[in-house]
Amino acid sequence: MAFTAPKETYSGKVYSVTIGTGDSAVTFGGENVLPFHAFEGITPSRPVIAVEIQDVAPADWPETVRKPYEAVSNDPVAWAKFCQDELKARAVALRLVGTHPDRENRSPEDAVRTVRDVLAAIRVPLIILGSNHAEKDSAVLIAVAEAAKDRNCIIGKAQEANYKTIAAAAMANNHKLIAMSELDINLSKQLNILISQMGFEKERIITDPMCSALGYGLEYTYSVMERIRLAALTQNDTTMQQPLLGDVGMYVWKVKETSAAEADLPHWGALEERGIAWEAETASALLIAGAELLIMRHPRAIRAVETLIDELV
Amino acid sequence: MALSGVEIFKLLPKTNCKKCGYPTCLAFAMKLAQRQASIDLCPDVSEEAKRVLGEASAPPVRPVTFGVGDRAVKMGEETVLFRHDKKFVNPCAFAVEIMDTLSEDDIAKICWQVLESEIDRVGQKLRIDAIMISNVSGDAGRFETAAKAVAANAAGVPVILSATDPRAAEAAVKPFADKKAVIYGANALNAEAMAAIAKANKASLGIAATSLDELAELTEKIKGFGVEDIVMDSGARKAKDIIEHNTLIRRAAIKKGVKSVGYPVINFMQRQDSLLEGLVASVGIAKYASIIVMSSVEKWKSLALFTLRQNIFTDPQVPMQVEQKIYNIGEPAAESPLFITTNFSLTYFIVSGEIENSKVASRLAVMDCEGLSVLTAWAAGKFTASKIAQFIQESGVEKDVPNKELIIPGYVAILSGSVEEKLPGWKITVGPREANAIPAFLRAR
Ligand code: B12
Ligand code: SF4
Repeated sequence: MAFTAPKETYSGKVYSVTIGTGDSAVTFGGENVLPFHAFEGITPSRPVIAVEIQDVAPADWPETVRKPYEAVSNDPVAWAKFCQDELKARAVALRLVGTHPDRENRSPEDAVRTVRDVLAAIRVPLIILGSNHAEKDSAVLIAVAEAAKDRNCIIGKAQEANYKTIAAAAMANNHKLIAMSELDINLSKQLNILISQMGFEKERIITDPMCSALGYGLEYTYSVMERIRLAALTQNDTTMQQPLLGDVGMYVWKVKETSAAEADLPHWGALEERGIAWEAETASALLIAGAELLIMRHPRAIRAVETLIDELV
Repeated sequence: MALSGVEIFKLLPKTNCKKCGYPTCLAFAMKLAQRQASIDLCPDVSEEAKRVLGEASAPPVRPVTFGVGDRAVKMGEETVLFRHDKKFVNPCAFAVEIMDTLSEDDIAKICWQVLESEIDRVGQKLRIDAIMISNVSGDAGRFETAAKAVAANAAGVPVILSATDPRAAEAAVKPFADKKAVIYGANALNAEAMAAIAKANKASLGIAATSLDELAELTEKIKGFGVEDIVMDSGARKAKDIIEHNTLIRRAAIKKGVKSVGYPVINFMQRQDSLLEGLVASVGIAKYASIIVMSSVEKWKSLALFTLRQNIFTDPQVPMQVEQKIYNIGEPAAESPLFITTNFSLTYFIVSGEIENSKVASRLAVMDCEGLSVLTAWAAGKFTASKIAQFIQESGVEKDVPNKELIIPGYVAILSGSVEEKLPGWKITVGPREANAIPAFLRAR
């Protein structure tokens, strides 16, 4: 008896989003099926991994992930070039943590300088992220969006509390926008609606349903992503068809599993391998759930996930 | 696939004799469709009708048990495609391959790694569940020797015997007769002989197909030889094919009621690069594998995979939670510190683990917040000053701690004033934000 494959076709499709300019531009999204279901539809682009850097030296990152960048991480420009030239990053994500009032409290002008210098040094697309301080991010992201005008960056993250100013800045300067809500499909939909009601094209939004690390809430992010994808495909819901972001690195590299010494926890095994595996496993789970764009830190974790993607597409 | 009342009615005698206790055959059929009556109540129903009904009411993915005793693993019984619809039922088993070309020492070493792999995470015991012995030598004698070495060094661990030569399988299965092993490698050429060996040794039979078509044919054929406990390999090895095949199999079984693929799936993830192997395994964990075979056991890899399996297989409706009460850590005395936290399992196990690390005997008041973490519970209005005050008062812990000091999580420092107000006579101390700072916090007191 032959097996009749129960294939499914869907009415909806994920928007295809291109960032960056010229030869270095990259495109993600565009599929009309569940993740890696090329057997029943089209999957024109592979997911993109952006390598994360920041405006200040990453003193707070665990040693495992600080080490590979030791020679360059004092200088965001050198760091960005290293990611592009040595790691062959397809995109770079610059997080302006130094602007946070509880940290270095750098000014929007400082941030603009950093962004200008980084953009002058690299060709690959840049994702520009605030420090996740709703008020300060408004000021900082307005300034850097303008400084990066027409480089087709992604600006983020717009949240319920500050989306108006940030979306307006992204719109005025031709950027894409990350819309982040807190692990709730309805909140995510609502924010996308509010942003598009401002006149911001919904085809230019990237949805961040909020990430979490393996073992620390990953199942919530996983299921919210799966549900968003199903809504996009089966209900043809245009407010859910934005590509999904997994902001993996910053959540993973603060959990105990990525920093506790093997001497203290011998049954957890080698620290370096464990940290890398933690980041890579979190990323792979989210790819399977529906993420098209990932932000990651460790070069070996990134390489391993790229190899997995080679096998998946 | 469940039958409708009308479909069942067509199978009944249609005499309306009422012997079943229902006024008409149709009324009885409706009850059967709702699973509120048993077909045995009708004395006149044909054997054929019983068979059809029995098949229709069987679960879409057949339950198969792998191994015996407290290491036995349940497989199958799944009912949905997405974990947000309903809890995935049986977590997949992790197996490590032992090739029969390895020396006895190397075999013993891997067995030891498997036995040592068990760890505790959020109150669950997790481990590498099984060993697959593979007949890569092609020699029946070597295979048997390797099987004996595994039986001696890893007693009680469920095994998969991987061979295509029935004589090799027969020789190696002896130490595992009646232990619900899996004999893997049934194909079009050896199916009958392999089925006979599986039956004689109460083993399950693993099918080694090269396509979904061949797989469906082989399961039917093997069922014809009287073996029902089957695990299926469609031949998928690349991550892309694993997603495709496992998805089509699960869909066919659950949504279309296709019996010929209604069995647990075994996937082979072996890769040179252990990190990559772990990532391909993650595809299997998320996408419907029941047995995942890998080439090595490293503690860091196991920890990540155990955790992912735990995440995927938790109940999406009910977070894992622990009982509300005052937990003693060590043997607290009157002056020992008293901490408070929520009853989300993850929160409880992290906090109690760090208090244990500090080696300071303590009390930990765990408050029922419907299984939410500290900040989530706070944001949801379940970890509020008045609820904390009420819980502490009703717990009766006051009589054990004469100095009445309560340490609250650093993330809810904002609550300290209002809790102090609502708990007259108590001193509220704000602890660190992250639990891993608790040992240093206690040392500094
Ligand atoms: C997973 C998650 C959820 C899950 C629930 C998971 C669960 N079982 O709790 C879901 C999706 C249901 C959820 C819902 C909501 N969430 Co939520 N959620 C998270 C997330 C991602 C992880 C939480 C988690 O599991 N943490 C891990 C546990 C172990 O942490 P913990 O309990 O705090 O314990 C740590 C410390 O507090 C400390 N500690 C614990 N106890 C004690 C005790 C003492 C004495 C000491 C010293 C230390 C200590 O040790 C632990 C480790 O360091 C966080 C963001 C994040 N990444 O942290 C948001 C987060 C907690 N959620 C948030 C919000 C707002 C919500 C919602 C209100 C969203 C909404 N508007 O619907 C709802 C509320 C729920 C409801 N209405 O039922 C906010 C809270 C904001 C704030 N500062 O108040 C957060 C911080 C997200 C954000 N804004 O960044 N959430
Ligand atoms: S006992 Fe059987 S034949 Fe008689 S009414 Fe019931 S179902 Fe019909």
